[in-house]
Amino acid sequence: MIWDWAYTLEILPRLARAAIITVEATLLGFVFAAILGLVLAVVRLAFPKTLVPISVFVEFIRSTPLLIQIFFLYFVFPSFGIVLDAFTAGVLALGLHYGAYCSEVYRAGFEGVHRGQWEAATALNLDTWTTFRDIIVPQAIPPTVPALGNYLVALLKETPLLSAIAVLELMQTAKILGSENFRYTEPITLVGLFFLAMSLVSAMLIRMVEAALKRRYVR
Amino acid sequence: MGIRALFIMLLVAVAAIVAMGFSGDNAIFLPGLLQGATLTIQIAVVGSIIAFCAAILAALGKMYGPLPIRWLANIYIEIFRGTSALVQLFWLFFVLPQFGILLDAYTAAVIGLGLNVGAYGAEVVRGAIGAVPRGQWEASTALNMTRGQMLRRIILPQALLAMIPPWGNLLIELLKTTALVSMITLTDLAFKAQQLNQTTMKTVPIFTLVLLMYLVISLTITIGMRLLERRAARGVTRGRLA
Repeated sequence: MIWDWAYTLEILPRLARAAIITVEATLLGFVFAAILGLVLAVVRLAFPKTLVPISVFVEFIRSTPLLIQIFFLYFVFPSFGIVLDAFTAGVLALGLHYGAYCSEVYRAGFEGVHRGQWEAATALNLDTWTTFRDIIVPQAIPPTVPALGNYLVALLKETPLLSAIAVLELMQTAKILGSENFRYTEPITLVGLFFLAMSLVSAMLIRMVEAALKRRYVR
Repeated sequence: MGIRALFIMLLVAVAAIVAMGFSGDNAIFLPGLLQGATLTIQIAVVGSIIAFCAAILAALGKMYGPLPIRWLANIYIEIFRGTSALVQLFWLFFVLPQFGILLDAYTAAVIGLGLNVGAYGAEVVRGAIGAVPRGQWEASTALNMTRGQMLRRIILPQALLAMIPPWGNLLIELLKTTALVSMITLTDLAFKAQQLNQTTMKTVPIFTLVLLMYLVISLTITIGMRLLERRAARGVTRGRLA
C-alpha cells in the first residue's frame, strides 16, 4: 500500500495547525518586506546621496541565498548580543530579503509616474509631503500590485526554509511526522498540496485587490 | 546597477574573502568552504542546463503542442511554480523511493532545481516567443518554411535575445536555491558552513565568508549575462526586441 488514507486523516489536523504558523510567517514577513521596500525606495528617491549604499545593500541581499541569511540572523547575531528566537529571526530574514526585491518594484512604480505630475504639483504650490501622499503614491502604487503579489506568493513558498532553524511550520511538522511514523509520502505530499492551495488562494486575492484598485484609480 | 559598478562590487567581495580568509585562524575554513562552493557551482551549472531544456520544451509544448501535451506542459508549469522548491526536493528525495524510484541526492538535487526553475523559465520563453513581431511569422510563411524551420531559424534566434535578461535573474534564483540541497544531505557551500559552524563555533567568520562567496558567484553570473546580452545584441537593429 503506497498511500494510507487513515494516516493521512490522522496527520491532517496537525498539518493544518502548522499551516497557520506558515500563514503567520508569510503575512508578517510580507508586511515587513512591503514597508521596508517602501522606505528604501522613498529614501533613495528623496536623498540622492543614499543611492550607492542602498543599491549595494539591495544587490547584496538579492545575490545571496535566503537560507544563509536566515542562518546569519539566527546564528551570527547572538555573537553581537542580539538573540532572536527562531520565528522572529525567520520572519525578519524573509522580510529583509523580500524588502530588497520590493524596493525595486516600488522604484519602478515611482519612475513610472510622469515628471509632469511633480511639476504640476509644484505649480499648484503643494508641499513635498502632500504631493507625495496625494499625487504620486496613488499613481505609483496600484501598478505595482501585480509584482508585489508575485513576491507574496514567492515569500509564501520560501517559508519552508524556516524549518532549517526549527520553526514549527508546515515543512518542519511534516518532517517530524515523517520521522515519528517512518512514512514521508503522505506528510510531504500534503505539504505540497497545502502550498498549492495557499498559492492559488493568494493569487486569487491579489487579482481581487488589483481589480478593486483598478476600479478606484481608473486613469 | 551598471556593469562597471557590478564589477567593482565583485572585486571588493573577492578582496574581502581573501582578506578575511587568510587572516588568523580563518584559513582553516577555506579548503572546506571552497570544496562546498565547487559542488554548489556544479549543481548550479547542471541544474541550469536542465532548466533551460525543460523551459524550452514546456513553452513549445504549451504553445504549439497537441492538446494532451499542452495540458501536460500546463500541469508541469503550475505544479512546479505553485509549490515550494524545498518541498519538491524532499518529494524527489524522500517520497519517490516509496514508489520504487531511487534517486541519489545529487540527481534529485539537479532534477529538482532544474525542473523548478524550468517552470519559471517556460513562462519567460513563452513571453519572449510571443514578443517576436507577427510579421516575422508571416514572412517565414511567405518563404514557405515549415513550422520547425520557422521556429529554429527565424523565431527562436530573436526570442533568445529577449530572453537573456530574465534568464539572468532566473539563474541567480537557481544559484540561491542550491542552498536548499544541503537539506537533502549534499555537502554544498551551505552544508559546509553548518558543519564548520557546529565543529568550530566560529559563526561570524564562517557565515560572512559564505555570504561573500555566494555574492561572488551571483555577481559573476550577472556580469556574464550582461556581457552575453551585449554580445548577442551586436548587429541587431534597434527594433522591438533590442
